[in-house]
Parts: sequence; structure tokens; C-alpha cells
Amino acid sequence: MRLLHRFARHAVALGWLLVVTGLAAAATADHSKFEALQGPFATGEDVTRACLSCHTEAARQVMGTRHWTWEYEHPQTGEKLGKKTMLNGFCIGDRSNEAFCNSCHVGYGWEDETFDFTNETKVDCLACHNTGDYVKARGLAGHPAYERTEYPPGSGKFYDPVDLVSVARKVGPTSRETCGSCHYYGGGGDGVKHGDLDSSLNDPHRDLDVHMASDGLNFTCSDCHQTDEHVVPGSRIQMTAADPHGPLLRGQQSDRNPATCQACHGDKPHRESFLHAERLNQHTNTLACQSCHIPSFARGGVPTKMGWDWSVAGRLDENGKPMILKDENGHTIYDSRKGSFVNGEHVVPVYQWFDGSVDYLQPDAVIEPDRGPVAINRFLGKPGDPDARIWPVKLFQGRQPYDTVHKTLLVPQVALPNDTAFWFNFDWPKALRAGADATGQPFSGEFDFVSTTMVWPITHMVAPKEQAVGCNECHRRDGRLAGVEGIYLPGQDANPLVRLLGLMAAFGALAGVLVHSAIRIVLHYRGKMS
Amino acid sequence: MSGQTVERIYVFKRYERFWHWSQAVLIIFMMLTGFEIAGLYQNLGFQRAVELHTLAAWTLLVLWAFTIFWQFTTGEWRQYLPTLKRIDVIARYYAWDIFKGLPHPYRKTTLQKHNPLQRLAYLALLAMVSPIIWISGLLYLFYAYWPALGIDRWLKLEWVATAHLAGAFMMLVFFIVHVYLTTTGHSVFAHIKSMITGWEELHELHEEPEKPARRPR
Repeated sequence: MRLLHRFARHAVALGWLLVVTGLAAAATADHSKFEALQGPFATGEDVTRACLSCHTEAARQVMGTRHWTWEYEHPQTGEKLGKKTMLNGFCIGDRSNEAFCNSCHVGYGWEDETFDFTNETKVDCLACHNTGDYVKARGLAGHPAYERTEYPPGSGKFYDPVDLVSVARKVGPTSRETCGSCHYYGGGGDGVKHGDLDSSLNDPHRDLDVHMASDGLNFTCSDCHQTDEHVVPGSRIQMTAADPHGPLLRGQQSDRNPATCQACHGDKPHRESFLHAERLNQHTNTLACQSCHIPSFARGGVPTKMGWDWSVAGRLDENGKPMILKDENGHTIYDSRKGSFVNGEHVVPVYQWFDGSVDYLQPDAVIEPDRGPVAINRFLGKPGDPDARIWPVKLFQGRQPYDTVHKTLLVPQVALPNDTAFWFNFDWPKALRAGADATGQPFSGEFDFVSTTMVWPITHMVAPKEQAVGCNECHRRDGRLAGVEGIYLPGQDANPLVRLLGLMAAFGALAGVLVHSAIRIVLHYRGKMS
Repeated sequence: MSGQTVERIYVFKRYERFWHWSQAVLIIFMMLTGFEIAGLYQNLGFQRAVELHTLAAWTLLVLWAFTIFWQFTTGEWRQYLPTLKRIDVIARYYAWDIFKGLPHPYRKTTLQKHNPLQRLAYLALLAMVSPIIWISGLLYLFYAYWPALGIDRWLKLEWVATAHLAGAFMMLVFFIVHVYLTTTGHSVFAHIKSMITGWEELHELHEEPEKPARRPR
């Protein structure tokens, strides 16, 4: 049985290797020879038309995904989620900032609510399928620069134009770079949001990510996020927190999420000596793989934002100019446009139960600012739920504007070069008014700042097994899992009464024999003297 | 605590001594590693402690398999049959007479090498402490197999660990008292010596304990 297991494991690994290497080697088409891709292309839409002339279904497939809609309705709660409307504690919200934020939309031209989500030519194929030299410039609503463009206007900074013909002729499969060009930079900068995704994963060492290691397995994102008809599995909004099944064999039909660890490794992957009595495999009934195998996050040299305080934004230097302050490592700790930051590297995660469902504070939700930090999102899941495991998370602490009358969080307009956006005027009332106009939320004009929290799942940056979290890190008092409910943790949770009574009994016995022996000794010598 | 050696008897046979001392080493080691696993202190680190504790447990089980075989083939198991005969006298000895330098009221023979108090203590160890430790310990060890056996539906790890810890403390108390009592022979190390060599030196004939005669000084 064990041998069979091992054989199956090797077969799966070999299968993977074939898939991975096959992708690169097995292409039967050289796109640079395609007539449709010889150009010239005036705009991105022109390139898309060329792509669609062969890949007839591609745009429609993309348009069915969240990469296009930025919308998701939670199947259980009915909550409306997705970037389009969701709030966060970092850059706060997309609305009123579309032209800037939506440079990460897989489309061209989404700058306000008039964007046509049904127009196939608006789909940006190059965003994910370029192999270099393609940049969707910030502020251009998803378009690259077609000519040398000053941005923001009057700033003296310029975007260089993208050579669409060259980029189009070099299209290829997605890569760490293409996925990362957006997913590394969530929240407005490298590594800001996630903590386990940043540009260090473009060329990671084995210690940083055992699967993606450039000198090792060299996985791309899509090796795990196995995409079918442009549907990319795996999302932080609706996760697979527990996957108590064996590995999927190549070709096996399954509804399971192919991006879980277990999809390849199975849920009992540890080969253990009899001294461990399957103890590690038993841990998988309680813990996510990530809890042990990602000892810390932001390990690649790029810090992640653990805290962001918008309330101190807007301070200007003595010349009345916005300023940026950096710490001794060169990491920004204050930016007039954004406020102050707490950076974290090699951060040990917080651990909590998680069943895969996330509850997000809705934009119209009434908050209670006096009752501690407002949780913008919460991970659901009770101890012992069959779908829940103990997960490592990044716990982020924010401070952001809210309406003191309506008691709702507010979305400011920050990023557009106009006379309302905060970064260009440092005027909160104007920025919040513009944001409220875009979100449709009422804004009383009265605002203050409230502390907020967010949790982010930690699932990337899997370390080599020899660097997994040691037993001792949790199995001791005040270990990593201190405070996690619903578990009995040997080494941490010894019954205090038994411990007390036992120690009393042992010290009592010791005292008893000491007194007994003392009497013996004293009487013995007294007897000798008499 | 003196007197002439009047007799030497061979009390502890070779296997018995081997059993005793290897068991002693194992139990001391298991207490050290076990109390670390319970989180009372840190030394080896949790993982090493668990691995070595498990290894020692298996070793002890093998040792016990041989020992049970030995007990039955030699008939030595009868040494553990309890008796209350003259137990009051023995108790009185440890509580009172020992301070007066009186000799032990029990006379060891090869057929009856444990005094009644000892027999009771060993029986308690065998019938109560050992089962608590072994049953809880094996359940603890094989926790990974609980779901397959359906045990997890009615048993909690917390109870098992708590019982195991309670048993460990009982063992610790036994250990402390046991080690101390080895010093109560006719000389401080007499008992330990006989447990090493197997030979017990009987220094005087048994005297009537009810009217202990004062020994000349």
C-alpha cells in the first residue's frame, strides 16, 4: 500500500514535469510568423481583434471571469464582493480612481461606470500573454502608452510608448511576471497587500519558494492555478481551506480546486518513521499545510505593509511640497500622499480557524468606531468544522476615513490628476466627496479616521520542507498557536490543576523524605554521642 | 546500623537486576522527556522529546514482554501478591523505629523478598499507575489513528493527556520515595548494592517487633 502510494506520488510528480516542460517545448505555432500579428496596431483593441481572429472564444471566456468583472457574489451570504466595490485598508477603494487602479484590469478603457463590459475588443489579451515590454501605464485606464505621454500632465514625467507589433508577435503563456505585474502590486506597490506575493517571486531562490525556485522546479503561477477556458482557480474571496483528499492524477476528472497543496500532494503527504506514528499526517486534520510550511512571509527582501495610517497623510515639507520619508533600509515609512506605514519582513503569521469563506464589510455597512478596530473582513470558520483548518494569516492594521454621521467607511478619490483627488490637492473633504459621488454612498461632510483590521491568507512562499515550522514553535507555552481556540496542544495546554497538584505531590514527597532523612541523621549522631 | 554479617542470600537474580536497572533508566528518561512534552520545562525541544519518549516507550514494552515471561516461568510473580500481615509493624518501623536505629522488622528471604508495605506499593504501581500510564500513553501515541477507529467520537485528547500527566506525577512520587527507601537498609547503600550484585547481607536475625529490645550501644 505504502509502495503504491509512493509510486503514485512519483507518477504525479513526473506528470507535472511533463506538463511543465511540455508547455514550453510543445508549442506548434510561432506567433511571430502570424500574418494577423504583423500590425500595424494603433491601439490595444486592434491587437485584440487580431487575437480574436484565431482565438474566437477567448474574449468571451475572459469576460466571464472575475479578471474582467471585478465582481463576485458570495454563493452563501449573497454578499457582493470583488474589487469593483470592495473596501480595503490599503488604497481603500477603486471607485473614483478607476483610470489609475484599472491599469490592472484585463481590459482597455474602464475609467468610469460607462465602460462597456460586453465589448470583446476591450479585452486586453496582452496583459497576461505578453512576454515582456508591455506596460499598462497607471492613469490610462488600462491602456498602454501609444505615444510618449506626459503623466501626470505637467509633471515632466513621461511614459514611453509600447511597441504593440513587437509585443503582439511575442505573445505566449502567462508567466510569473505577467501575473505578478498586477498581483504583486495590490494596494499600490510591491508587496503592499498580500505579504506572500511580491516581485521577489519573479526570480526566487529555493528558500523563498520551493516550487517557483528559478534554480529548481521553476513553477509558474499557472502550474498550480491550472486555468481552463481562462477561468483561473484559486481566490482569496472564496478559498478552499480544507481539501481532505488524496492527490489528483493527471487527467482525473474532478471538481476540486487544482490550486490547493493537496491537489498534488494529497492530504497525508508525510512519510514518517514509527516514532512519529503518523502524527504529522494527523496534523492535516487540524492545520492547513501552509501553517507549517510557510514559516514567515515577506521573505524575499520586499517588505509588506503591516500597517497604514491615512490620518497623518497630507503633511508637507517646509517648502509646502509632499515628502517621502524612508527608514534605514530605504523602505518608505511616510508619504504625504498616503500617510505612514509599518513595514514588515520575515513576518510570523497570525493563526486562526478558516473555512474558506470571507465576510467583507459592505460599503454601506454601519460601523461602531467606539468599539475597537473595525474589521474590514473576517475569515469564517469554527474550530473543528470539517471544512475549516487553522490557517496562517497576515493581520493588517489600518486607519482610514469614515463618515462620523452616517458611520460608514469612506472611499477617497486619491489618484487622478484633477482638483479633487487627495494626492494632488491634499484636501480630504474634496477627495471624500468625489469618492462618495462615485460610490453612491451618502457623505455628510463630517469625517474622522478609524482604526481598521484586515486578514489576508498566507499561501505562497512555501519553504523547503527542512525549513518548515518546528514542532517546538507551537508545542510550548506562548507558542505560535497561543490563543487559538478549540485545540488541545501538548506542551502548551497541560491541565493546570493536574500540574499544580502533581508538583505539590512531588515536592511534598521530596520534603517528606528530606525531613525523614534529617531526623534519621540527627538521631543517629545523637545516639553515637550519647 | 551495624552488626555482623550472619548470612548472605542471593535475592535478585541476574535477569531481575537487568530488568530493574534498564527499567530504572528508561523510566527516569521517560519522566525527563515526558515532563518536557507536557511543557513543564524545555531541554531537548518538543520534537526530540517526543521521538525519544516514544522510543523509550517501545523499549520498555519489549522489556516488559520479557519480564512478564520471566515472572511467570520463574514463579517470581508471587512476590507481588499482596498481604496485610504485620503491615502495621512495617509502617511503624518507617514512622518511628527507624529513627531509634532499630533493625527492619521484616526479614527478607529468597521466597519473600518484598515486605508487606513494599508489596502494597508495587501492587498499586502495577494495578493503578501502570495502567493509567500505559493506556493513556498508547492512546496518546496512536492519536493519529483515532478517526479510523472511531475513537475520536467519544474521547478527547485533552482527557488522555491529562490522565497521562497525572500518572506521570504518581510515578514521580513513587520514584522519589522508592529511591529514598533504598537508603534505609543496614547501611545507606546496602539495598542498592544488593540490587547490583544480587546478594543481600542479613545482619541479624529477625527480632520480635512488638517488644523491640534495645540494642546495646
